[in-house]
Amino acid sequence: MTDFAGRRPALGWAVHLAALVLVVAWIVPTAGLLVSSFRTADQIATSGWWRAPLAAEQNLILRAAPPDAQRRHDAGFAIAGNLFAEAGLEPATVLAFGVSSRAIDDHAPGELAELRDGEHLSVAANGDYRHDSPVEMRGTRGQRVFVTVRTPPRFTLDNYRHVLRDADNVEGMSRAFLNTLTVTIPATVIPILVAAFAAYALAWMEFPGRALLIAVVVGLLVVPLQLALVPLLRLHNEIGIGKGYLGVWLAHTGFGMPLAIYLLRNYMAGLPRDIIENARVDGATDYQIFTRLVLPLSFPALASFAIFQFLWTWNDLLVALVFLIDSTGETTVMTKSLVELMGTRGGQWEILATSAFVSIALPLVVFFALQRYLVRGLLAGSVKGG
Amino acid sequence: MHAALQALLTIAIGVGACVAYFRLSNLVLDHWLLPASGANRARNIRRANLIRPWLFLAPALLVLGLYLAYPVFETLRLSLSERLPGGGDAFVGLANYQRMLSDPKFHEALRNNLLWLVVVPALSTAFGLLAAQLTDRIAWGNLAKSLVFMPMAISFVGAAVIFRLIYDARPPGQEQIGLLNALYLALGGASPKAWLTLPLWNNFLLMVVLVWIQTGFAMVILSAALRAIPQETIEAAIIDGASPLQIFFRVKVPQIFGTIAVVWTTITVVVLKVFDVVYAMTNGEWGTQVLANYMYNKLFRASDWGVGSASAIVIMLLVTPILVWNVVNARREMRR
Repeated sequence: MTDFAGRRPALGWAVHLAALVLVVAWIVPTAGLLVSSFRTADQIATSGWWRAPLAAEQNLILRAAPPDAQRRHDAGFAIAGNLFAEAGLEPATVLAFGVSSRAIDDHAPGELAELRDGEHLSVAANGDYRHDSPVEMRGTRGQRVFVTVRTPPRFTLDNYRHVLRDADNVEGMSRAFLNTLTVTIPATVIPILVAAFAAYALAWMEFPGRALLIAVVVGLLVVPLQLALVPLLRLHNEIGIGKGYLGVWLAHTGFGMPLAIYLLRNYMAGLPRDIIENARVDGATDYQIFTRLVLPLSFPALASFAIFQFLWTWNDLLVALVFLIDSTGETTVMTKSLVELMGTRGGQWEILATSAFVSIALPLVVFFALQRYLVRGLLAGSVKGG
Repeated sequence: MHAALQALLTIAIGVGACVAYFRLSNLVLDHWLLPASGANRARNIRRANLIRPWLFLAPALLVLGLYLAYPVFETLRLSLSERLPGGGDAFVGLANYQRMLSDPKFHEALRNNLLWLVVVPALSTAFGLLAAQLTDRIAWGNLAKSLVFMPMAISFVGAAVIFRLIYDARPPGQEQIGLLNALYLALGGASPKAWLTLPLWNNFLLMVVLVWIQTGFAMVILSAALRAIPQETIEAAIIDGASPLQIFFRVKVPQIFGTIAVVWTTITVVVLKVFDVVYAMTNGEWGTQVLANYMYNKLFRASDWGVGSASAIVIMLLVTPILVWNVVNARREMRR
């Protein structure tokens, strides 16, 4: 670069810093979701996800063992044990404890807390406790203990196991995942072929009305698909397709067609004229020129469109709602499942975050692997008259 | 699994049918109808070449006509008619539009949509321009671009979940798990807010989601345009003693103005169709309704096809200027 960045070090740093701030701002939202999907419900509810790599402080209410467990000794009766082990929790460090809900962190670990009737309770830093009483203890429940603990950072794959693999989980994403895939693949493959032939005709064949057709395609690029919903749903019902995969495949094929034709035509029109003229002179028919020459040469444009169409059909909610998902919900797709989860499980972030991440994982992989083609397609589709 | 098999079968049938159609139709044309041999050879070739483009175009035209062109007119017709109880429709003139105009929710949706139309393209383009300018001059620019561009791969619904987590509110006194409330309290806010229910603010918070997604798109396009600027113009400005800001606003921006307009209008079209974000995050409650979601509610919740179609026509009308502009531009380009 010939401009100023190299000449003013302070400004150079400012550029780096500004870019860093921008990038961080853009990845933090997704990072929050990803981190949350590896945390337990408890962790998510008690501390922000940005604290996940730190040890967490938590207030717990636990119980000592009930009086059945008491042992007699010289000076009276005692119950001993470990608070965490008995509650089925992972080991943690006790920072403070208390025996009354009004003073939950009154005592440091190791101190002796006074209970009524001359009883004492002490809790060590590792959760070991000892409950002493001069007389035999009665009742069925153990002493309540309030502890403030520090738990080490911990991540779990349980959420993913629950969302993807748990057969009992009717809201699981595995079926929706398959359904989405079922919608996506034909809806991506079929328009390409149909559009490629049309694009070739619009790029390399001379016929009256060609310019008009191209203008129509450009116009249809921006027609909101909202207009298509009712007429097409009626049409589908009348010709017996109803709601289902066939309907959604056809709809996606139709809605993706203008972009497909537009992208492919622009690309094909840019192929060198010599190659095609030479083939014509050699006696190749248009069909041969198209299948043997133009189609292979147009691979980058085909890939660009395939990625667009894949992302769009995978991420779509509206078309699936209108043309696919019937009242049985058998054919639900992931976007719809997520919306439902937000309604019914709005507070259960571990399920919601994990499900959301399951649904965006594949597009992200495709995005990072094939970004080159995506960028190329965007540039072919948008930079005009620039 | 049965649906997945059906999908594979559909691909096979769909692709097979396409190939068979194109192959056979060309074969029929060349060998039986107008063979390129015999007495009428020259005439046949000429005629075949007149027909062939339409063979190539026919399936695409059928799909475009049926799925995009026909619905525009059918929706227009439906917006002017009323469903009769026994089936069929009756022409009712502008009655649906009148009903729509007397619905306060429609006014809310229209007002919000206009707000979206100003804010989202402006912010996305501005951030995109900033990101393009910053990332074009640093060594890790490509990585930075990738990361800013990434939300483009995320569905609107996925983004809605992501931002719901950011806007999450817990009762006062509890630890906040939503980033926005945590920041708000850290900066001296009095008590956590349920952001999505705060009128007017919630609209902007929903817009943030779309800006987050669209900025990468703007950045990619504008970055390519910035790099296509002839270096001499910038060098000349430096020699003349222009400051960096002057170079940016007086030399670079005017040269990429056409591209900025394309980015702006493309995002505008996205905004007009925005449905998922609102549907998933607030469903138009608390004063956040927009036209596309209003339309969906009318069509599929209230089963009011008249008003639903009328609001779809309103969306179409708002898109029309951009449609015309695009077509004019494309035609000018082709003539070049």
